[in-house]
Amino acid sequence: MSERKIVLPGELLVEGGEYQPGSNVFKYGERLYASKIGILSIVKQTVSVIALHGVYEPKVGDTVIGKIVDVGAFSWTVDIRSPYTAVLNASDYFKGRFNPAKDSLIKALKPGDMIVAQIVDFDRTKNPVLTVQGPGLGGVTKGIIVELSPSKIPRLIGKKGSMINLLKKEGKCQITIGKNGLIHIVGEKPEYEELVAQAIKKIEREAHTTGLTDRIMKFMKKGRELSVN
Amino acid sequence: MSTEFVRVDGRLPDQLRPIKMVVGVLDRADGSAYVEQGNTKVLVAVYGPRELHPKHQASPDSAIVRCRYHMAPFSTKERKTPAPSRREIELSKVIKDAMSQAIFLENFPRTSIDVFIEVLEADGGTRCASINACSLALANAGIPLRDLVSSVAVGKYKGHIILDLNDEEDEAAEADMPVAIMPSLNKVTLLQVNGVLTEEEFKQAFNLAIKGCMEINRIQRETLRSVYSSIKGEED
Repeated sequence: MSERKIVLPGELLVEGGEYQPGSNVFKYGERLYASKIGILSIVKQTVSVIALHGVYEPKVGDTVIGKIVDVGAFSWTVDIRSPYTAVLNASDYFKGRFNPAKDSLIKALKPGDMIVAQIVDFDRTKNPVLTVQGPGLGGVTKGIIVELSPSKIPRLIGKKGSMINLLKKEGKCQITIGKNGLIHIVGEKPEYEELVAQAIKKIEREAHTTGLTDRIMKFMKKGRELSVN
Repeated sequence: MSTEFVRVDGRLPDQLRPIKMVVGVLDRADGSAYVEQGNTKVLVAVYGPRELHPKHQASPDSAIVRCRYHMAPFSTKERKTPAPSRREIELSKVIKDAMSQAIFLENFPRTSIDVFIEVLEADGGTRCASINACSLALANAGIPLRDLVSSVAVGKYKGHIILDLNDEEDEAAEADMPVAIMPSLNKVTLLQVNGVLTEEEFKQAFNLAIKGCMEINRIQRETLRSVYSSIKGEED
């Protein structure tokens, strides 16, 4: 792995018109500057910064894990740990056959329940709208949920999914990544879930270091041996 | 400039006070920083961008910055009433305006970014120290910034143009002028003058302030970078 260069807001990254600003990079005249603390990445002509801090910014198509905070007459309000609270419509949950006289929202999902959902609609003028119709989506009934800074999700996935596949294989767990920084882990045994949770915490602490995948591999192997004995 | 002039605390006219900066000092806040410039000590916490209540204050096309500059009752020689004074309300506004220039507010419509500044010890230059700490805390919170804003005061004291006034100099100064800049974009985000300066003195003072800001910016960048060099991967 190449040297990871940490850049800071206002830091001059490259000069010249042939480069394009990617995420967390802005153009001022002919120069490109970083707007957040992060790791510099130049792919072809696109210069971007992989942020190390920051809130989750919702995007259409993202899978997120949210907590029900309020139940309305026709929808739920969901906290997705972003500046904007999300909405889950009853018509979506009940697959369009929602009958307010028969179906009870509070019986289906109550405040405090966790859901795995996908963002179907969001722009500058309205709050994100969620759907729970799709593979792997819906209410969370088992397993554990751990927190991770949303800006460290790319590190958890790794190059072409190397890190997340390692965790799934070595931890014998199903892992659902909410892009908003919540991770749902379902394992055969609670010990396996706990081990993966610890590995994720380790990834969070050491997100900006090199050779992390190898260290996590060692960590998982050691943890597995301990849990067997 | 006469370089022989030695100030009340033994500094040269163009010398900053000793500076100490730390980021991420508060766990609960999204971003935080602690800055010492001489005896001036400032703690800043940043929250957000987050949903804004009351909603009628929200701007439909950008985030708003809410800033509270507050001096602790024990920050001065005589106890300061904790209620916000006219001066604190003004400084909150001035700091908010100096920082807003640097933040990409348009990225987060309908939200607020809340900045809480607590002056723990006041010995002159609190607004400048606050701005320096705000920059660090905002960067630490992962809020997109155009640049780290750096700030320092200059003034005229016994006929000499001096950098980074302490309280004793500030009280006796003929003029003082806090300046905040975004160094890499070459922009000024705060410039206030109290007192009287001739055109020539103003130019000299302004250039001295830019020099001071550049030095502070270097320390800010070092501070932010040191967070990442100090945590290397644990070998196990």
